[in-house]
Amino acid sequence: MEEAVTSAAVWTIVAVVGAGTLAMKGAGPVLLGGRALPPRVMAVVSLLAPAVLAALIVTNTVGGDHRYVLDARLAGVAAAAIALRLRAPLLVVVILAAAVTATIRAIS
Amino acid sequence: MDRLGARERVRTIGPMALAVFGFGVSFGVLARAAGMGAAAPIAMSATTFAGSAQFAALSVAGEGGTVIAAVVAALLLNARYIPIGISIAPSVQGPMWRRFVLGQLTVDESWALSSRGNGTFDVRTLALAGIALYVGWIAGTTIGVFAGNLVGDPARFGLDAAFPALFLALLVPQLRTPIDRRVALLGGAVALVLIPLAPAGVPIIAASAACLLGWRKR
Repeated sequence: MEEAVTSAAVWTIVAVVGAGTLAMKGAGPVLLGGRALPPRVMAVVSLLAPAVLAALIVTNTVGGDHRYVLDARLAGVAAAAIALRLRAPLLVVVILAAAVTATIRAIS
Repeated sequence: MDRLGARERVRTIGPMALAVFGFGVSFGVLARAAGMGAAAPIAMSATTFAGSAQFAALSVAGEGGTVIAAVVAALLLNARYIPIGISIAPSVQGPMWRRFVLGQLTVDESWALSSRGNGTFDVRTLALAGIALYVGWIAGTTIGVFAGNLVGDPARFGLDAAFPALFLALLVPQLRTPIDRRVALLGGAVALVLIPLAPAGVPIIAASAACLLGWRKR
């Protein structure tokens, strides 16, 4: 990967991705901010968090580049699920997931 | 999770900021190793503030992809912030600059934590979590860029599993009613099916459409 990218290319990526992200994050609050939405839209919006979080869990656990990757992450997330079931604090859940994954990587 | 108290905030935001800090270190290490230099990764963390998109741009560029491919990969991963931004809009008041800044402090973790589950958001929690994560992300990136050789290969630490674990912990309190659970299951299933079929980011946007199940209800 050494020197795979030129400085001009790097800064172009940084600038365009930065500007695009600022625009996408800002669009909703700037254009629609403070305005009440119809109840039906609010009902839909209230369900966005469960939908997006579930998708993030799936893609971060078994997602790869255009394929499924089943690796030590799966065990880490399973350990986290058990810890959550046992009502462990968030810090324990997060560290446990990383520690289980790291341990399996170290011994395999 | 209506209006978190000071103690709950620290107990929830602290671990999130720690994970984001660690993720920032690994971004800094890998960006430096990919030949991005020192200033560009830090500038990217300061302006983009979205880990998965930055890693996507890095991996495309590092593997010899074109600038356009790297930009598209990153922006696709961040496209979820359009619906996410719309979702917080009714809760975000005040002058335009304030609404813009609150939009920038919105990342998956701060957004999910501040969601009250009825379509409204606790803006104070959103801002506090967003600021803590922003500081952690930039501090981590800076340390990764300059002390990368002391850290070594970040994959060793299993941080990539910390994030799905964190998202799982944020999802559990969101599952209050049967429709919440149905939407989560549908969203997860859509993402799972699309992983091999679509570029990264698209499965998440497609899954977000699962919230349309709420259109008929209520």
